[in-house]
Amino acid sequence: MKPVRVVEGRAVPLERSDVDTDQIIPSDWLKRVERTGFGRGLFSEWRDDPDFVLNRPDFVGASVLIAGPRFGIGSSREHAVWALMDYGFEAIIAPSFGDIFVNNSSKQGLVIVVLGLADVEVLSALINDDPTRLVVVDVDRLRVEVPEAGFQRDFVLDPMTRERLLNGWDDIGLTLLRETEIATFESTKKAPSLEGIFDDAGHVR
Amino acid sequence: MPTGRTLFEKIWQDHVIEAPGEQSLLYIDLHLVHEVTSPQAFESLRLNGRGVRRPERTLATADHNVPTDPISTPVSDPVSRRQLEALEENCEEFGITVFPRGHENQGIVHVIGPELGVTQPGMTIVCGDSHTSTHGAFGALAFGIGTSEVEHVLATQTLPQQKAKSMAVTLEGNVRPGVSAKDIALAIVATLGTGGGAGHVIEYRGDAIRDLSMEGRMTVCNMSIEAGARAGLVAVDDTTIEYLRTRPSVPQGDEFEAAATRWRTFVSDDHATFDDEVVLRAEDIVPSITWGTNPAQVVSLDGVIPSPDAIVDPDEKSTTERSLAYMGLTPGTPVRSIPIDVVFIGSCTNSRIEDLRVAASLAQGRHVAEGVRALVVPGSHRVKRQAESEGLDQVFLDAGFEWREPGCSMCLGMNPDQLGNEMRCASTSNRNFEGRQGRGGRTHLVSPAVAAASAVMGRFASPEELS
Repeated sequence: MKPVRVVEGRAVPLERSDVDTDQIIPSDWLKRVERTGFGRGLFSEWRDDPDFVLNRPDFVGASVLIAGPRFGIGSSREHAVWALMDYGFEAIIAPSFGDIFVNNSSKQGLVIVVLGLADVEVLSALINDDPTRLVVVDVDRLRVEVPEAGFQRDFVLDPMTRERLLNGWDDIGLTLLRETEIATFESTKKAPSLEGIFDDAGHVR
Repeated sequence: MPTGRTLFEKIWQDHVIEAPGEQSLLYIDLHLVHEVTSPQAFESLRLNGRGVRRPERTLATADHNVPTDPISTPVSDPVSRRQLEALEENCEEFGITVFPRGHENQGIVHVIGPELGVTQPGMTIVCGDSHTSTHGAFGALAFGIGTSEVEHVLATQTLPQQKAKSMAVTLEGNVRPGVSAKDIALAIVATLGTGGGAGHVIEYRGDAIRDLSMEGRMTVCNMSIEAGARAGLVAVDDTTIEYLRTRPSVPQGDEFEAAATRWRTFVSDDHATFDDEVVLRAEDIVPSITWGTNPAQVVSLDGVIPSPDAIVDPDEKSTTERSLAYMGLTPGTPVRSIPIDVVFIGSCTNSRIEDLRVAASLAQGRHVAEGVRALVVPGSHRVKRQAESEGLDQVFLDAGFEWREPGCSMCLGMNPDQLGNEMRCASTSNRNFEGRQGRGGRTHLVSPAVAAASAVMGRFASPEELS
């Protein structure tokens, strides 16, 4: 994944709570075997509505999504993260998120920012007042700013996620460095495996 | 004061390889794979020249997008067909056992793991599917992961994980007759809300949980994610051991008894403490139904559609208004007066033999109401064969239900089993999100008993209403 230090861009307020991953990318899109091209499916059932916020000319090209509580709940589909990023979003700001969605985002470099509900509402209002305002999400200093409006809030990321974002580290590459520890664990703890249970055709022996 | 460890703590400690900081490296005993969340992971392994570390700890099945038409019918959707072929090709290339469409062991990944006995107490189990929490019914730490994590487990058999907090959800007392595991699950989700379990592993406790069969415990653990919790757990007891005893993948004879002795240690110690505790009175739980577009929007079958007028919180008020508009419902309407178009009995929540027996007992000698389409989709070929050996298929067919091939089917509508626009469905699945079962479809989550009774009545109904 690419390193992320600062996300700077216009924002779009999606003032809805409980936006689940079925809404972010409907299941019809999950049949594909590729990792790209999901941006067209983002919020696809809502985008037919010309008044939907993403369809408003003011918000075209935004890179920061501001959402309500519990964004990304439901299905584990990482396609939701792929769709958001393919569309152009680089950071999501909300009062809370689904756990699996947060994990998936961290693997792809999508920055997850948790702010209090009141702060999210202030931020949404600032953007609604003037959609040209730039939002700055600084992963290094753990701060969200709207410089033009004097808005400034700190946020929390677990130290490992922050390091990985800043350095663009490949998680698997890091774990493979622990080969000795993994092999040692495997030689001492023996949970049952599937060895010997199924024949080559998958039938129980 | 004496201290003890929770069940979660025991499994966690057993599997930590190292814990250098806030994230621990966790060993994964069993990785379940299906066609939808794996192709990009396998592709990435290939691009990076990486292999699968432990094929013998990996098991794959087709489930999410398989059609439920007769197996002799080819998969007509070329995109689905390609994905199913990719699963078989990837598993062959990397040496993984796979159950393709029509295989005798094929079925919904969370149905086949337990019924084959590959799901065992004390294990860590992951799958690229949020309903992996189902396997927690066996006292296993089981949770859903995304495709990048699928790739990570394939390559390393481990996952870096931040340790969750523990939550005890205790059901005090006993449920009343006619209250099912699904009603318990809906009551818990309604109590916690869609985010109440976030960051936690829930252990379900109390007599009402102990009294459940393994099928019932799976239903409850299955819906942990609907309350935001990645994993749910139930402590091992005689019910767990007896369910496992006859499964094909467990050790036999003395070895089974030795395993059972070890499995029995997977309970929370008497003096264990939890980060959070929630208590529900089991006798307060009633047959229930979801009315809205998230699984915490639950109302009694005897109730009426709620009104947004009395809601003070502006966010909750607008959510309620949006849900009512999407669902095409008017506040104050009695639930039992609402007509339905479709009934779906299936999914990893309620497609096991016990669920089908309950539904069949109500369908017996009755008929699906005119204008209602009712589908029964067994969770696996093993469930299907068992049901057919008991004659349940004929009961359903005689009553006007469709008896279909196994798969996830209309739970998420990736295959041709979908709701049309504004169609209203009584569904035994787990999610009532907008468009979940088909674009514009209106999903109400119910138990198998309520689904079967509603099919007969053509509106939401309880078994007691059937003459």
